[in-house]
Amino acid sequence: MPKLSYLKALNRALGDEMDRDESVFVLGEDMNFALTNVTAGFLKRFGPDRVVEVPLTEQGFTNFATGAAMAGRRPVIEFQIPFLLLLVFEQITNQANKFLMMSGGQRSVPVTYLMPAAGWRAGWGAQHSDQPYSMFAHMGVKTVLPATPTDAYGLLTTAIRDDDPVVFFGPLASLSVREIVEYTDLAPIPLGSGRVHRPGTDVTVVALGHLVHEALAVAEELADEASIEVWDPRSVYPFDWAGLAESVAKTGRLVVFDDSNRSCGMGAEILATAAEEMRLQAPPKRVTRPDGAIVGAVPELDAVLQPTRQQLAEAVRSVLKSTGW
Amino acid sequence: MADGVAVPAALDGLAVAGVAAVPASATVPAGVTTPDSLDLYRTMRFIRRFEERAIDLVRAGEIFSGIHPCIGQEAVAAGACAALDPDDIVLSSHRGHGHLLAKGSDPGRVMAEMAGRVTGIDKGRGGSFHPSDFTSGVYNATGTVGHGAGIAAGIAWAAAKAGEPKVVLSFFGDGAVTQGALLEGFNLAGLWQLPVVYICENNRYATTLPVETAVAGTITGRGEAFGIPSSVVDGQDVEVVHAAVAEAVARARSGGGPSLLEMRTYRYHGHHTFEMLVRLRYREQAEIDAWKERDPLDIQAARVDAAARERVDAEVERELDEVVRFAVDSPRPDPADAMDHYYADGFRPRPGVSL
Ligand SMILES: Cc1ncc(C[n+]2csc(CCOP(=O)(O)OP(=O)(O)O)c2C)c(N)n1
Repeated sequence: MPKLSYLKALNRALGDEMDRDESVFVLGEDMNFALTNVTAGFLKRFGPDRVVEVPLTEQGFTNFATGAAMAGRRPVIEFQIPFLLLLVFEQITNQANKFLMMSGGQRSVPVTYLMPAAGWRAGWGAQHSDQPYSMFAHMGVKTVLPATPTDAYGLLTTAIRDDDPVVFFGPLASLSVREIVEYTDLAPIPLGSGRVHRPGTDVTVVALGHLVHEALAVAEELADEASIEVWDPRSVYPFDWAGLAESVAKTGRLVVFDDSNRSCGMGAEILATAAEEMRLQAPPKRVTRPDGAIVGAVPELDAVLQPTRQQLAEAVRSVLKSTGW
Repeated sequence: MADGVAVPAALDGLAVAGVAAVPASATVPAGVTTPDSLDLYRTMRFIRRFEERAIDLVRAGEIFSGIHPCIGQEAVAAGACAALDPDDIVLSSHRGHGHLLAKGSDPGRVMAEMAGRVTGIDKGRGGSFHPSDFTSGVYNATGTVGHGAGIAAGIAWAAAKAGEPKVVLSFFGDGAVTQGALLEGFNLAGLWQLPVVYICENNRYATTLPVETAVAGTITGRGEAFGIPSSVVDGQDVEVVHAAVAEAVARARSGGGPSLLEMRTYRYHGHHTFEMLVRLRYREQAEIDAWKERDPLDIQAARVDAAARERVDAEVERELDEVVRFAVDSPRPDPADAMDHYYADGFRPRPGVSL
């Protein structure tokens, strides 16, 4: 069976959707030379009318995509760097995402914002290392964060077919992950459906994005001490609250492993909802980034600013030891 | 220009530094029929009286939080939209009532929208700020000023790729020309020669900020920098506006790319009806009076038969009685429906409270 990488899964999902639906097109910077590899081979396959190279004009082309979507197309914008999403935060959250409601349901804006290298880039500095998915969830924009190649394929397909704006975060640290799959098994995955990567009975570890792989490693390391359930929401908005509740009902304990900022981040949201609505036997914990920034320039400093396996292991142990509130 | 209506000296002084004086007239391109003078008058009269009636409804508390009136600027909306086919598209602004009415939206539903009624063009969800009416081809109005320029480019691109000979008219004010996103939109439209006509309604103020103290260089210079043919137009004369826009539309439709037209115009009322309460003083009465000497309705009235005009005025009043009645008698929305239309698949956000 073939080995599918995350990047190849993105390429395949996008290509399949462009084959399937004439209204889908992709636009972005350095598209003609497929700088990120996501659109490798596309220019030849689909031509310049559907693989649109744009100048460095993020607000312009993000609004442009909104207009094209209003006029019946399904644009997929590829962004190269997470901070570019901050530049167009207004265009996505305030224009595209509110449009259906403001028009009283007259027309939706089916744009996919594809961010295939989200998160820390070793040595690229503070400005290239953001992980802004919590911000989009906060604003009610459909936001997906797949950890594996098959999930990336399935969720990108769904995002493109969805009639609303969807932001797709492909964590940089996941891009090289490979999976042995049968291509015919690749299929769309509904938004808001979580996935149990490893069943367990003592504690639920909610892991997001590339941290799923780290959490699985920790669960394996601690296998003698505890039975850890590794649960991946796959989309942060909408969020599979029912799926999480099911896992927590079984384990009664919760740790969130989240690569976004601590304050008002997904970790905070998951803990708050669990505290309000689920039965926990011990106070939950979260392992996140600090607020502000990753230094991004020196490995010694960068490493301690990102959620680590060791921090997760400690958090799991402390939640397991805790006997009550 | 209408006989006997002279350009007041004040107007010359109002030009932005470096821009030529307002041209006296423009001619309609060959093959384009000039709209009937009385029809143009009627559209403007309708817009003005519609807004005056809307202001009454603001005072009566039927229109919640007020409106941005375009009284004084009617010639731009009426003349520009008269140059469009029904299938052409308009992107409006926060000052959009005139654009909607001139593009053919149902006036009763526009008024109902402003009054937050379920019969409104956007079921009351757009309000007066964010009008969209896909039945008349008004796609949207961004609250973020000037950001429609890129949306216009996207719509025009999609239409052109689909082989539809549509033109997009994108309206914005003089305040919008200092927005970066607007210039990015110009760049894309100019680069790809898209069928967009950008119309800047230079009414001289962005809220309280005079255009001279905000705009470096010129407004038309912004278009020229992107290779977009750009000109200044007398925005008080509906026939001059029509001719200029018709020319730009004809060029766009035949593949000649975008244009930028700076309409010199003026709003008589405050930026928003909240000015009735706060009484801001940022312009002289003499300036307002000088512009009123070239009132767009007066200019056009001078071109039509007096009896016909009186008949039209009376018709407009009768129609507006109906419009107001329809809006006020329409049902208010049910609070239980507040989260309808958030997502196309019917997904509803979690409520803000969990009990
Ligand atoms: C980007 C942005 N900045 C500020 C505002 C607040 N605002 C709303 S309307 C307005 C004035 C706009 O002036 P102009 O573009 O000249 O249009 P006009 O109101 O004169 O029709 C301002 C500052 C806004 N909506 N968007």
